[in-house]
Amino acid sequence: MACPEARAVSRRAFLGRGAASLAVWSLLPKAAIAGTRDPRLLVVVLRGGLDGLAAVAPVGDPDYARLRGSIALPVSGEGAGLALDGFFALNAAMPVLHGLYQKSEALIVHAVHTPYRERSHFDGQDVLESGLAGVGRIDDGWLNRALAHLPSGGRANPRGLAVGAVLPLVIRGRAPVLSWIPKVNNVPLHDSTVARLMDLYARTDPVLARAFAEGMEIHRVAEAGPAKSAQPGAPGQTPAARISREFVEAAEAAARFLSAADGPRIGVLSYNGWDTHANEGPIRGQLAVRLAGLDAAISSLHTGMGEAWKDTVAVIVTEFGRTARVNGTEGTDHGMATVALVVGGAVKGGRILADWPGLRDSALYQGRDLAPTRDLRSVLKGVLGEHLGVPNGALASDVFPDSAGAAPLGGLIA
Amino acid sequence: MSTRDAATALRRFGLGARTGETKRIAGDPRGFVLQSLAQADSAPLADAALEPSHVTFAAAMQAQRQQKLARAAAKDSPVMQDGTAMKGDAGDPAAQEGPPAPADATPTGRAIPPEAAPAASPPAKPGLVRREAFLNEAFARIGHAAATDAAFLERLVMFWSNHFCVSANKGPVRGIAGAYEREAIRPNVLGRFADMLLAVTQHPAMLVYLDNAQSIGPNSRAGLNRGRGLNENLAREILELHSLGADGGYSQEDVTNLARILTGWTVGTPDTPAAEPGKFFFAPARHEPGDWTVLGKRYRDQGQLSGQAVLRDLAQRPATARHVARKLARHFVADDPPGAVVHDLESTFLRTGGDLAAVAKVLVESPQTWEAPPAKVVPPYDFLVAVVRGFALEPKPQDLLRLTNLLGQPLWRPPSPAGWPDGDGAWAGPSALRERLRVAEVAARQADPVADPRAMANDILGDGIGAPTREAIARAETREQGLELLLMSPEFQRR
Repeated sequence: MACPEARAVSRRAFLGRGAASLAVWSLLPKAAIAGTRDPRLLVVVLRGGLDGLAAVAPVGDPDYARLRGSIALPVSGEGAGLALDGFFALNAAMPVLHGLYQKSEALIVHAVHTPYRERSHFDGQDVLESGLAGVGRIDDGWLNRALAHLPSGGRANPRGLAVGAVLPLVIRGRAPVLSWIPKVNNVPLHDSTVARLMDLYARTDPVLARAFAEGMEIHRVAEAGPAKSAQPGAPGQTPAARISREFVEAAEAAARFLSAADGPRIGVLSYNGWDTHANEGPIRGQLAVRLAGLDAAISSLHTGMGEAWKDTVAVIVTEFGRTARVNGTEGTDHGMATVALVVGGAVKGGRILADWPGLRDSALYQGRDLAPTRDLRSVLKGVLGEHLGVPNGALASDVFPDSAGAAPLGGLIA
Repeated sequence: MSTRDAATALRRFGLGARTGETKRIAGDPRGFVLQSLAQADSAPLADAALEPSHVTFAAAMQAQRQQKLARAAAKDSPVMQDGTAMKGDAGDPAAQEGPPAPADATPTGRAIPPEAAPAASPPAKPGLVRREAFLNEAFARIGHAAATDAAFLERLVMFWSNHFCVSANKGPVRGIAGAYEREAIRPNVLGRFADMLLAVTQHPAMLVYLDNAQSIGPNSRAGLNRGRGLNENLAREILELHSLGADGGYSQEDVTNLARILTGWTVGTPDTPAAEPGKFFFAPARHEPGDWTVLGKRYRDQGQLSGQAVLRDLAQRPATARHVARKLARHFVADDPPGAVVHDLESTFLRTGGDLAAVAKVLVESPQTWEAPPAKVVPPYDFLVAVVRGFALEPKPQDLLRLTNLLGQPLWRPPSPAGWPDGDGAWAGPSALRERLRVAEVAARQADPVADPRAMANDILGDGIGAPTREAIARAETREQGLELLLMSPEFQRR
């Protein structure tokens, strides 16, 4: 029944409307009850395939400059990467992340990948979000299943909240989720009409009934927040400003929800547009703009979380990396291993975890891509286990089935 | 006489009922839908005000060139060092300004031709050229949807346009996204799948959208001279989305080889001697030489003809028939469509060599497509069109266009090459319904001030309307509230 077309449709369904969307859960994890920490987890999905070699460049690898050609990060001068450990350099568009790294609040994992070994966005995102060992049924996501193993911390009716027209797979599943689209529209709604419509849906259409009721509730929360961002779609904005604004808006919303004393504790943010086939521009072009947007989003999250930053972990992941070689159009095509970022006050950071395979032609996966040497699931298991207290048994069986080879990575949490 | 099938004809196979239509077609709803297929003339969207894509594309290219020259002159610097200026478009791919000049252009194409020096009057801005063309096309499309008698035909246009989508978010595509649909989709919507696949793949909008316009064979003359090379984006999406489908049994090597075969498929610029600016152009100097194998078949290098041969073969593959059949059945019936419908669509596609009129006919003639309960939540664009048709509104086209944005489905700007989501409940997100209620409120205020909501409900939905909805409308506090409940009812929201 999971025919390819159904998947094709639903896969991209959650790409959302704009460049950013958010989903959050109002579930208090078990660890919160223990009293030591009230953990928050934000999963950020970069859709389109982030070029890990441009975000965190192995400038010390003798083959790097040769393979990357015109899009290699320079060692010095304009656009030179920010030094990390001497071997890797962070893209200059991300000074905030660099600062967090230096404060040991950011961890970088390189040459990492899901078990997926083909090159389709759809299937790649499915594997990333479903937590399965390969392409298969996609009824629910690993984050949703993980939550099923966390007793609710004193919340009678734990439920989630998602931003965007369609839920991302990673958060889909049995645990209920709400959704919210940031919108500007001044038409007031009449309580009486809302009530009658709820009643009509309740009698005729459970799906519409739930969606409508949740929509009304979410907007109440969302509209209570400060409306500080500029008018969307204001004329004269550069693409860079627009992307930065969209990224920041979603991150601000995430921080608003996650930092609230009685708010949700788990969220998912999606940022689109990482599919840089042509004119990738990691130094001044489109990728630099998106990385700068991501950096600004991290900064907003940091600021917006306030006191709760110390309890926060944000995991930033993508469906696959890109070809090691620059292609014929100064971009890169779909590849394999890439980079994952773990940031937050609760992270034991200031480190790069990389079992570096090298970029020699013979070391490249199928002669073209950075070879995966670490399973992303081991990173995710480490965070879910240590930060949220998801039991190891559940991680190995239900949350990430068939993942025996990917043992939880310990020591990620401070 | 029951009007249930009439409502199905007007909703599942249409764009919503207009005043009196439900009753009028109740005698032969199926015949009414099939009639659409005999009105092929209404597919092309004839409108004298609309320019062919190459005219807009060339005008925008020209405007852009003048803008660059003017800027260069203002800076008193000798123009860009290369054709890929980064300044001003350091944004997303949407801001990329057209393909670089094909390599066989004269090298002097980069210098300032004397006649192109900045004119006395300020030249048109490329963004404005594109915007005007985009709006004209959008208004024509929306106006047609609101007025057409052949609504099933328009639904097929929308389906195929989404199947082969491009996005106006990519700068150069913006001005020609509408013309693309008129030129590549509409003429072929009752024709052959192979012809549509060829028309689409050779259209500048697609070549630019999926980067093939910039793809260069590494061993071609241009590749060797300029050190640029392949881009496999279009090739991959042709296999994964347009023809075989994600499980269609192709490999990475097939993708790369198809990309090689398609090198040289680009768009003419003013610098290309043999090309017409803004039109499809096969640039032999960019074409990767050699014979390449795709899906086990070796294609001898025949320049442009090799690519056409691959596309024709792809159009005939069983995987393509299956992919198209499933997608059609899911779009018109439900995520989990009756197996017999899919089977009939697939076998008809194969038997007729991809005759899209015959395939569409199967959808209408199958009893199961009429019996299945309404499952699909109507997408925002279709919802808006149905509101306009149902209430006989005459909104300004720009207002409707704005509402498509507000409801999350901006025209010709799908989020990815896979097009808009099409799951049964894909458009039933919580916020989405709330926004629809706002639209319903505005529409209810604009409707005929003496209309009786109960009569309107009968007129628009016929016997397809259930007792709870009928009751809710009848008990509404105000006329406006009754109309809002009608527009928000499950019967109006699903088809």
